[in-house]
Amino acid sequence: MIDGMKGMTVIVKTISSWVKLLIFLFGIYIVLFGHLTPGGGFAGGIILASSYVLLMFAYGREFVEANLPLGLASKLDSVGAFLFALVAILGFAFGGAFFANFLYQNYLPGESLRLISAGTIPLSNIAIGLKVGASLFLIILTLSICCHYEAGSEEPNDDEE
Amino acid sequence: MSIPLPVFVAVPLVTAFLLPIFGERGKRIATLLANLATASLLGLAIAVIGKSGVYEIGNWSIPLGINLVLDGLSSLMLLVIGTVGTAAMLFSARYMEQYTAKAKYLSLFLLMIAGMNGVVLSGDIFNLFVFLEIASIASYALVGFGCGAEELEAAFKYMVLGSIASIFVLFAVGLVYGNTGSLNMAYIGKAIQASGLNLGLTFALSLFIAGFSLKAALVPFHAWLPDAHPSAPAPISAMLSGVLIKTLGVYALARILFNVFGISLHTGWILVILGLTSMVAGAFLALGQWDLKRLLAYSSISQIGYVVLGIGLGGLILARGGNPAWASLALLGGLFHLANHSVYKSLLFLTSGSVEMSTGTRDMRKMGGLGGKLPFTRAACTVASASVAGVPPFSGFWSKLILVIAAVQAHFIWVAAVIVFVSLCTLIMYLKVQRHVFLGELPKTLKQIREHRGAMVVAMISLACLCILMCLLVIIPSLRSSILDPAVKALVDGLEYSTKVIGTQ
Amino acid sequence: MLYALCFLLFMIGLYCAITKKNMVKIVIGIMVMEYAVNLFLIMLGYRTNGIAPIIGKGDLNPETGQVLSSFINGSVDPLPQALVLTSIVISLGSLALMISLCIRIYGKYRTFDITKIRRLRG
Repeated sequence: MIDGMKGMTVIVKTISSWVKLLIFLFGIYIVLFGHLTPGGGFAGGIILASSYVLLMFAYGREFVEANLPLGLASKLDSVGAFLFALVAILGFAFGGAFFANFLYQNYLPGESLRLISAGTIPLSNIAIGLKVGASLFLIILTLSICCHYEAGSEEPNDDEE
Repeated sequence: MSIPLPVFVAVPLVTAFLLPIFGERGKRIATLLANLATASLLGLAIAVIGKSGVYEIGNWSIPLGINLVLDGLSSLMLLVIGTVGTAAMLFSARYMEQYTAKAKYLSLFLLMIAGMNGVVLSGDIFNLFVFLEIASIASYALVGFGCGAEELEAAFKYMVLGSIASIFVLFAVGLVYGNTGSLNMAYIGKAIQASGLNLGLTFALSLFIAGFSLKAALVPFHAWLPDAHPSAPAPISAMLSGVLIKTLGVYALARILFNVFGISLHTGWILVILGLTSMVAGAFLALGQWDLKRLLAYSSISQIGYVVLGIGLGGLILARGGNPAWASLALLGGLFHLANHSVYKSLLFLTSGSVEMSTGTRDMRKMGGLGGKLPFTRAACTVASASVAGVPPFSGFWSKLILVIAAVQAHFIWVAAVIVFVSLCTLIMYLKVQRHVFLGELPKTLKQIREHRGAMVVAMISLACLCILMCLLVIIPSLRSSILDPAVKALVDGLEYSTKVIGTQ
Repeated sequence: MLYALCFLLFMIGLYCAITKKNMVKIVIGIMVMEYAVNLFLIMLGYRTNGIAPIIGKGDLNPETGQVLSSFINGSVDPLPQALVLTSIVISLGSLALMISLCIRIYGKYRTFDITKIRRLRG
């Protein structure tokens, strides 16, 4: 540790810069295949966030904040939640009930156990993944900020189904 | 075409997530949107008065899917939440200017409303738990919103007790699921009717009572309330005292006890005793307070006692096989007092917020003679105090009168005596507020203060008018039969609930 | 037997949350309670040597299209798993809020001992 919060040794930095992409891709995979394999929006979102958290540990907070500013993460958080609600409302508009799986019923039945199947469930998974990833990242980032000086803490809000 | 019930949850939830997108620059738009959302919720709640229905989410039929149920009791609660929410939101448009991060505050506020509407509508105990947690987590964050040392301490205390209550409820949900194999309230009700209570279900029942009583701050479980309610910003205190403890505590307790487990002698007595102890202890503790908001918070405990007493008395009469007319009278008194209390207690908290904003203190010993400086606040506070103390033409009098009549008719003379006695204590308590805040001499330090006009005054005056007009709810038969009677009927019917829900699908 | 152990865990959590004086320990106690309840929910749906509750083509009765009773009797109950997933999400949210409250209180009072944090009284 050369200069305090600026990160860890060069070994950790190198390894984490290789691994972060793999973790991120794995998170995307878990989100996209949530309706077929174990996992889904919540688990995938946490993996997505953990790739950034790994970077934060290795390189220090400032590096991550330059990569993904707080404001942007907060907006992603809202967008994810909004998309999830949008899927529900579209179900109301096209399928006649909130959360109705209108894609599966009317437009795109797909073939079971394929990527494009199960109608709106993958869409909800993507929205939840975005939401959970962004909010977990925000929570950990603000907690690390709180340790040093006073700042507003992000409220955790859950809408996982 | 069934009523699209999820709008009650969807509208505040979607607005809550839209607000942070505007960020700090779009404060005005955010405030406007949030006010629109609460006002539209009030409109929707008025629109569904007298209706009832079951909504199946995602077209899954009920033993499989989640359902939302609207009946008289939910409709009354929706109306109360809508009214108080609208007024508090209007009040905070001006009041919250003194805090930073207003957009975050607004979205937490809306999340809390979404959670409460969900609790009221949910027909499924696990979903009830989820909405309960959404509302509670939002309220924990809101109590600590000021980020001062005392606020944080109060929020931590509230949060620990609240989380323990939630875990009790979750444990009880698990036990009920293990014993009946269903999470839907209607199906659980049917299964319990068929098999009767076994050990696990009795344990679940006691966990439910403990958990919801903690949320409702009934007396043995009240430790968090006098800290949490005064520490929150004034509109939030109004929401917490006015509707949150009623929705998460009293409503959920009544729903579980009456419609799912079926009221019995034991649970009826438990409710009556909890209600009486809260009434007496809350009133005595409130008398000794010098902090304005703390006094109001203790008085909330005492008033919640009235509501629970009314509900418990009704249940007790029903379980004894007494005259259903007196049972429904007691329930009517309890539920009417619930509606009344939410209006006047939120009004009192709003006025305390106005006083605090003008004077910068909550200590009544440092105030005095504010009547001339804050005329609107004073008028609103007088109306609300008269209501809460039960001075005849105002709303609080009628609900207490109904409770006394019901208690006397059911041969609980001593209960009636306690009701009258606590009412006297309440009168003394609020005379003290009037005397020390609005009458007397104006201290030199407060010569320069002025009242904050605008949205705050509008919110207070409209609630005060409502406070005077509330008595019409029982006097005019058509209003009573459309708002209060269905709510009472939902509780009197008890286990009929399950056949109603399953039958109307 | 297992249920009794689960209940014991719940009681340990409750004891920790009630008697400990350190705020972080209280939070840990609450989380132990939470996980005891989660464990209880999972055990409700567990079945020894159960199969995954996914209906494939082989599990349907070829004539009626109904699900075979051997599948119903052999598979684990999926509902408690969904419940536990949701309750984990909720407990994550409340844990984050509690921890941030702890950090902020530490910033104000410079202590984690709740007996020393007593500015509110009455």
